Amino acid sequence: MEDLETVKFQPVIFADYSPGEAIRKAVGISRQDVLFELKESKIKGRGGAGFPTATKWMLTAAAKADKKYVVCNADEGEPGTFKDRFLLLEHPELVFDGMVVGGITVGAQKGFVYLRAEYEYMLKSLEDYLQQMKKDNLLGENILQSKYNFDIEIRLGSGAYVCGEETALIESLEGHRGEARNRPPYPVNTGFMGFPTTVNNVETFAAVSHIITKGGEWFRNYGTDKSTGIKLFSVSGDCEKPGVYELPWGTTISEILDLAGASNTKAVQVGGASGYCYPKTQFDRKLAYEDAGTGGSIMIFNESRSMLKILKNFMEFFVEESCGQCTPCRIGNAKLLDGIEKLEKGEYTFKYINQLIDLGRSMQVASKCGLGQTSPNSFISILENFREEIFAKSSGGRNVN
Amino acid sequence: MLINDESRAPVSQKPNKLELPAEKEGIGSNVTIEINGEKVTVPFGTTILEACKNNNIHIPTLCHHDDLCIAGVCRICVVDVEGMKTLQSSCTFPITAPIKIKTTTPMVRKARRHIIDLMLSEHFGECYSCVRNNNCELQKLAKEYGVDRYNFGHIQKSKYDVDKSSFSVIRDMDKCILCKRCVRTCIDLQEVGVLEAVNRGIDTTISTFLDKPLADVVCINCGQCINRCPTGALHANDPSDKIWEAIDNPTKHVIIQTAPSPRAAICEEFGMEPGTSLTRELNTALRRIGFDKIFDTNFTADLTIMEEGTELILRLYNALVEGNAEVKVPQFTSCSPGWVKYLEHFYPEFIDNLSSAKSPQQMFGALIKTYYAKLQGIDPADIVTVAVMPCSAKKFECERPEMRDSGFKDVDYGLTTRELAQMIREAGIHLPEMPKSDFDDPFGEASGAGLIFGATGGVMEAALRSIIELVTGNKVENVFQNAKIIPVRGFEGIKYVEFPIEGVAEVPAILKPLIPDWKWLEGVTLKVAVAHGTANAKKVMENIKSGGKLSECHFIEFMGCPGGCLGGGGQPIPTNAKIREKRAEAIYAEEEGLTLRKSHENPYVNHIYANFLLDGPCGELSHKLLHTHYTKRGKFID
Ligand SMILES: Cc1cc2nc3c(=O)[nH]c(=O)nc-3n(C[C@H](O)[C@H](O)[C@H](O)COP(=O)(O)O)c2cc1C
Ligand code: SF4
Repeated sequence: MEDLETVKFQPVIFADYSPGEAIRKAVGISRQDVLFELKESKIKGRGGAGFPTATKWMLTAAAKADKKYVVCNADEGEPGTFKDRFLLLEHPELVFDGMVVGGITVGAQKGFVYLRAEYEYMLKSLEDYLQQMKKDNLLGENILQSKYNFDIEIRLGSGAYVCGEETALIESLEGHRGEARNRPPYPVNTGFMGFPTTVNNVETFAAVSHIITKGGEWFRNYGTDKSTGIKLFSVSGDCEKPGVYELPWGTTISEILDLAGASNTKAVQVGGASGYCYPKTQFDRKLAYEDAGTGGSIMIFNESRSMLKILKNFMEFFVEESCGQCTPCRIGNAKLLDGIEKLEKGEYTFKYINQLIDLGRSMQVASKCGLGQTSPNSFISILENFREEIFAKSSGGRNVN
Repeated sequence: MLINDESRAPVSQKPNKLELPAEKEGIGSNVTIEINGEKVTVPFGTTILEACKNNNIHIPTLCHHDDLCIAGVCRICVVDVEGMKTLQSSCTFPITAPIKIKTTTPMVRKARRHIIDLMLSEHFGECYSCVRNNNCELQKLAKEYGVDRYNFGHIQKSKYDVDKSSFSVIRDMDKCILCKRCVRTCIDLQEVGVLEAVNRGIDTTISTFLDKPLADVVCINCGQCINRCPTGALHANDPSDKIWEAIDNPTKHVIIQTAPSPRAAICEEFGMEPGTSLTRELNTALRRIGFDKIFDTNFTADLTIMEEGTELILRLYNALVEGNAEVKVPQFTSCSPGWVKYLEHFYPEFIDNLSSAKSPQQMFGALIKTYYAKLQGIDPADIVTVAVMPCSAKKFECERPEMRDSGFKDVDYGLTTRELAQMIREAGIHLPEMPKSDFDDPFGEASGAGLIFGATGGVMEAALRSIIELVTGNKVENVFQNAKIIPVRGFEGIKYVEFPIEGVAEVPAILKPLIPDWKWLEGVTLKVAVAHGTANAKKVMENIKSGGKLSECHFIEFMGCPGGCLGGGGQPIPTNAKIREKRAEAIYAEEEGLTLRKSHENPYVNHIYANFLLDGPCGELSHKLLHTHYTKRGKFID
């Protein structure tokens, strides 16, 4: 990671922490106390969807079942995201401790880390770390002489973006083709092997470790009312200092651009390929669930970039990565890409492009999982926000319907 | 809603388990919801689709099928649920809270229209050149939503080769809309598991193991997937052109035999409600089409009972009295070619349990090209035999190399109910309006026992009627009211029945050369079982393998398709539980009206033993013409 900048705004995720601290705290207090702190912190999931973590854990804890599972989503497949990689390499203790706290809280005895196939190189060191935790009695049976048992197993993905989606991830964990499941009911009731399962992002677990040791109120001090705490942003693209940035929610896009040393910026893609693309006029937007939400990916594009090319790149990704089970996503993405190619060649009608935007809106509401529901975001936002550039560049509007 | 925990279907395609309230009644058992502003109360856990259906609100569906677990993949059934950001697929959404649903908001209508547009854009081919023209669910939806143009284009080039390798099932993936009904049918309903989705995104398609042709994988040819395909992507291998050719050829003597199930279902192909038998109308239609002779497969069903029943008695005698360990009990029926191939692939170690008796179709073929040909003085080389079957596996069965005992291909063509209906339409005949006429001699009459072969439990009932009478000397009517053996009837997946034998009679003359007396059966409790659909067959086999209760059975009837032949893969589309029930009713109603209802009393059967099969059931000639052997195929095919 030497080539990447790590900007520590205020030490929260990177605050002092001694390995095992959160576990030591958790075994000494009741589950309700853990859940209370989480609730106080108002933390929402760091994986992108932003579901309140306390609620998720509470539902899993409340579900009646013989077995329960905790899954750490380390698939990190969203283009432009690399903050989970950073956490796993630099601070595995935060992630694993958070998982153990999760296990204790929801009543699970087993946890999985679903590790992105491309991260196989860190498997050995992570497993070594787990061995050490076992030796230190932070993992395994009767953790720190308590009644709690919890074990962690790392499983490798095999390179499908959709397997980051929590239900497809569970299917994949079970050994099936990675396809999203029907919901409701949700994994908190019927997850891995049909048992209640809580799936959380790497960063969520890391944050939990701090919240448990330092208190929910401390965490809530940062960020905005609706988006509390500090977030890791993966900043990349046309800037001097790409890297992992620790910043409070509510930071504006232009603030990040300044920090990263970006100049001549034309567009910022917030939330990866599945996120939205903002033009200059909207750089005052706040990074927050209630405004410009993101799992952490910030991609910066300067004036030299072609928006159509960027968009094409995103759409090619989705056409490739759609699991293919549901109609809107499987065929819809291909149609959107087809539309981009028509734009490139200048063989389009405005009517048809508008029709495709309309189709994108249907995909957003009718697709089965988050992939198809978000894949039209970049298409819609780039065509709407960069209309002039796109239609000027192509020879435009020839009627070849 | 099929909640089947044991099924092998991927979880994504199964309904998620719900914690249902323990009490059927009382607090929490019902939920009051709002559909389009109207309050309705539904049981907890009902899907939105069911709730709407029960309240006469039509929701379009494609991937949903009553026989199958849910998929939620086509997305055509989406509705608006208040408070949720996205639309929800109504087939998958269990109602557990007092939600408010809207089924036709502008957003819902637009999404559905878009989904149809997208499907059509990737659906290669034209309706008028498709087997499913006028009976296609995609076509119907397009009409329902007023589609009058291709909004997102229409694919102009074929992407996939048509797989014509199988004698039974043809796969044309260009027409596939990826509803995965076939996948779920194969893996969940039938527990065979030949088909699965492969690749991702726009390249997703349904394929077989290593993308092998269907003929080279463990497909059992049951055709249940065809029956559930909403479009023309799956269809049967249609021989009707060759049959027309034979009919048009004056030197050919073309004979058709009709099985019991097609006649109970073909009415559906002519716009009638399920549940009317058109047996004798069909005879007239077939004559008008130009078939030279029309025979009733029920006749050889009777013959099957004589052969298979005798084989059973001999098996039991050799195993129980002679103590011959090489003789395998229980005996399994062998008239369902889907089941036979299933056993050959998945339980080849049980091959000796299969009755060696051929199916009625094949017995008939062999008799026509020997006995009948001689009787009529026709060169068997000039005879073309066609079998109308509810079944696609029958097409494979007649191609088996073992099925040439007459010196010719015993049955030339297996024709499904659907394909026959098509021939009748092409001949300009409206079947329901046909006058009635009888089957042809010399196989004129068949018993009701042969007729009920069409329903699950039918073969068993037919066999029991004869065994009870021949062994105990007692009239079946004295044991079962109106000779209806109710315990083996009905659609329960696996039926197990015991019949204590009290008091035995003299062995009838026809069996005397084989068995000296019935004394060894005195006091024996006959144990039998009936299973339909290979998923149930699998359960039975696993029970037998683990030494369970069913391993003590003497005789087990297996049918490859759910419901038995009447739910066969060659039957009219759609087929579902309700329709199967109606077809069964039609068969049983027709049967009760007959006077001849026991195979061993069929005078034509007795005539054939007296004049042709001179050494009786399971005799030498029977063995040559009416019995066969099987192939251990296993799961792995080179
Ligand atoms: C297509 C798709 C890919 C996703 N990939 C990831 C991922 O790589 N990592 C992740 O943590 N969450 C990913 N998610 C979000 C997860 O489904 C899920 O919301 C998240 O793991 C929950 O954890 P959280 O509540 O801690 O954010 C993805 C979602 C979708 C729809
Ligand atoms: S939205 Fe896309 S990725 Fe998700 S289930 Fe549908 S086809 Fe698969």
